[in-house]
Amino acid sequence: MRHACALRSVDDPLHVNYSDKNTNREDRLATVELTNISKCFGRTAVIDGLSMSLNPNEFMVFLGPSGCGKSTLLRMIAGLETVDSGEIRIGGRRVDHLPPGERGVAMVFQHYALYPHMTIRDNMAFGLRNVGVARDEIAARVAAAARSLEIEHLLERRPGQLSGGQRQRAAIARAIVKQPQVFLFDEPLSNLDASLRVRTRVELAGLHQRLGTTMIFVTHDQVEAMTLADRIVVLNDCRIEQVGTPMDIYLRPATSFVAGFVGSPRINLLPVRIEAAAEGLARATLPDGTLVQTAVPTAALPQGDTTVGLRAEHVRIASEGAAARGTARVVERLGERTLVHVELKGGAMLVAEDAGLSTVRAGDEVGLSIDGARAHLFDAAGRGHHAAG
Amino acid sequence: MAIDAPARARRRPAGWANALFVLPYLIVFVAMIVVPLAMGMWLSTTKSDLFGVEAQVGFANFTRLARDPIFLETVWNTFYFVLLTVPALTLIGLGLALVLNRPARWASVLRTIFFVSTVLSVTVVTLVWQLVFTPDGGLIAVAAEALGGSPVAFLNDQDLAMPAIAVTTIWWCIGLPMVLFLAALQQVPRDLYEAARLDNASRWKTLTRITLPSIRRTFLLVVIIEIILQFQLFGQPQLMTRGGPNNATRPIVLFIYETGWRQWELGYAAAAAQVLFAMILIAAMAQYFVASRKDDR
Ligand SMILES: Nc1ncnc2c1ncn2[C@@H]1O[C@H](COP(=O)(O)OP(=O)(O)OP(=O)(O)O)[C@@H](O)[C@H]1O
Ligand SMILES: [Mg+2]
Repeated sequence: MRHACALRSVDDPLHVNYSDKNTNREDRLATVELTNISKCFGRTAVIDGLSMSLNPNEFMVFLGPSGCGKSTLLRMIAGLETVDSGEIRIGGRRVDHLPPGERGVAMVFQHYALYPHMTIRDNMAFGLRNVGVARDEIAARVAAAARSLEIEHLLERRPGQLSGGQRQRAAIARAIVKQPQVFLFDEPLSNLDASLRVRTRVELAGLHQRLGTTMIFVTHDQVEAMTLADRIVVLNDCRIEQVGTPMDIYLRPATSFVAGFVGSPRINLLPVRIEAAAEGLARATLPDGTLVQTAVPTAALPQGDTTVGLRAEHVRIASEGAAARGTARVVERLGERTLVHVELKGGAMLVAEDAGLSTVRAGDEVGLSIDGARAHLFDAAGRGHHAAG
Repeated sequence: MAIDAPARARRRPAGWANALFVLPYLIVFVAMIVVPLAMGMWLSTTKSDLFGVEAQVGFANFTRLARDPIFLETVWNTFYFVLLTVPALTLIGLGLALVLNRPARWASVLRTIFFVSTVLSVTVVTLVWQLVFTPDGGLIAVAAEALGGSPVAFLNDQDLAMPAIAVTTIWWCIGLPMVLFLAALQQVPRDLYEAARLDNASRWKTLTRITLPSIRRTFLLVVIIEIILQFQLFGQPQLMTRGGPNNATRPIVLFIYETGWRQWELGYAAAAAQVLFAMILIAAMAQYFVASRKDDR
C-alpha cells in the first residue's frame, strides 16, 4: 500500500483553477509531452527512452499487444508509477515529480475502481471535496456530469447496485467532474459486452468532441483504436513502432509488426524475391512464382530478405485475369464479404476476399487477382516501404 | 401447476442425498456441542457431586448465584477484563496490520515476531510476564529504580493486578487480530487506493473513507472472536495471581473451576457456566446486530 502525500498547498495553481467558477476552456487545452521516458521493474526495462507529444484537444490511443507497457506508460503519466528517467510535461508544466492528484489528470480504470461503500454521488464528489471545492459548485458539477452521462437516477445508489455499463458511466462521470486537463483511460471498455462496447465507444467520441479535452486511451483492440483516435501510438516490446493517424497506420504501416497488428483479417505477409522493373518500381515474386508489380520505388529498398504485405481486400477471388491460382482451404462467411484462405502452389497460405454471396467452397480451385499497387514491402529489419506519395 | 408436481417429486430424493453430505459434520456437531450443552443445562438444575446427582433443585442454583457475592465479583472482573482487552486487541491489531501491510522485508520480519507470541503456551507467557512484573529484580522494577522510582508489586496490588493480566493477555493474543486484519487489508483492491491518490485523498481520508469501510466485516469478526475468547479468561490469573489479591482477578471460569473441581459442587458450577455462556452469546449477538444495522443504512 503506497500513499502519496496528497495534501495540496493552498497556493497550488491547480487548486485555484479548480475552485475558479469561470474555469475557462483554454486552460484545459493542455499538451502532454514525454521526453526520453524510461522505466524498469527490477532489471527488466518496460519502457525504454520513449518520447512523444500530444497536441491540445487530441484523442491519443496507445495500442499494442498485452504486456507491451501501455498501462505502465499511462500510469506514469498519471503518477501511479514512478519514472526512472525522463520528463513528463502537461500543459508545459513539469509533473513527473508531482503526486497524482496534482497533475491535473483524471483516470478511468479498467475495473472502474469506484469506491464500493459510497454512493455514486459521493464517488463523484470525493475528489472535489478533498481539494476544497465549494459545496454548490460540487453539486452543480455532479448534476451536469450526471446529466450528460444519463446517470441522474443512479446517483444515490452504490456501485454494487449498478450494472457493468452503468458503473462504467459512473466512472467516466467521476473523471469529468474534476475538469482535468487530461483524461486517461485504461482499457475502460474491455469489461463490457460487445454491443455496449460499441455504444460506449461512440459516446466517448461524442464526449471528446463536447469537452474538447486531451484524452489518452489505452487499448489492445484495434477497432477501438481506429474508430476513436486522432492519432495512434502503436507500442510493441517497450518501444514505439509508429505514431500516426489511423489511416496512416493502416495505409502506411511503418513496420511489419504494425502491418500485422492493425487490420482484420491479418495482413498477408509472404517472403518474396525483388527485382527492379519499369520506372524504378520493385517487382516481387511470390513463393509460388507469381509476379506482383508493386508501386514501391526500388531506390529506397535495401538488399536482403524482403517480405510483401498484402491486405485481403487487395487479393480478390477472380475467375478471369487471375494472376495466381490456388486451392481454397477454409471459407469464412462474414455476411457482407467472404474470406477465403487459399493455399498457393508450394504451400504458402494467402487470405483473399470475395463478395458476401461467394460460391467458393473449401477444396475449390480458385483464381486470385492481386492489386500490386497497394502492396507493402518490408525489409529484413521489418521497416515498411510503400508506394510513393 | 402441472409442471410443478414431477419437479417436486424429483427433488425429494435429491434432498436426502444432500443431507448425507452434511451428516458427518452433523454427527460431530451433535456429539461434541449439542449433547454437552444439553447435559450442562440439565446439570445446572441439579445438586450433584462427582458421585452423581443427589437431587433435582430446579433454579435454586441460579438464585444462589445471584446472591453469591464472590460470583458477582467474578462477573464484574470478567467484564472489566473484557473491557480492558478487547478494544485494545482490536485497535492495536488493526494498527499493527496497517503499519505492517507492505512488501518490505522489515515488515515481514516484524509480522512474524508479533505473531510468534501467539504460539507460546499460557504457562510460558505468564512466566515471562511474571518476571517482568515482579517487584524484586523484575524488568519494570529495574527500569523504575534506574529512573529513581520505587518498584511496584503489580500482581499483589488490588487495582493493578487485572490491568497487568490484561497487558499480558494483549501481548499473548495480538497475533490473531493482526493476521485477520492483514488478510482483510490485502483483499482491498489496489486500484481503489490509486483512485484515491488521483482524488487527492490525504492519508487520513484514505484510511477512514477507503480502508476502514472496506474491512468493516473483519473488524466485526475480530471483535466477536475476541469477546468470546476473552470472556473465557482462566489460565493467566490461575497461574499469575490465583485469583487474588482479594479476588480482584478471579474471573468466572476460575470460579467455575474451583467450585466444580475443588468443592465438588458440579450443579452449582454448571449453573455458573450457563451464565457465562449466556453472557458471551448476548455480547456477540448485540455486537452483530449493531454492526449489521449500520450496514443496511
Ligand atoms: N509492478 C510490476 N512489477 C514488475 N513488472 C511489472 C509490473 N507491472 C507491470 N510489469 C511488467 O511490465 C510489462 C508491461 O506491463 P503493462 O501492464 O504496462 O502491460 P500492458 O501493455 O498494459 O498489457 P495489458 O494489455 O495486458 O494490460 C509486463 O511485462 C509486466 O509483466
Ligand atoms: Mg494494461
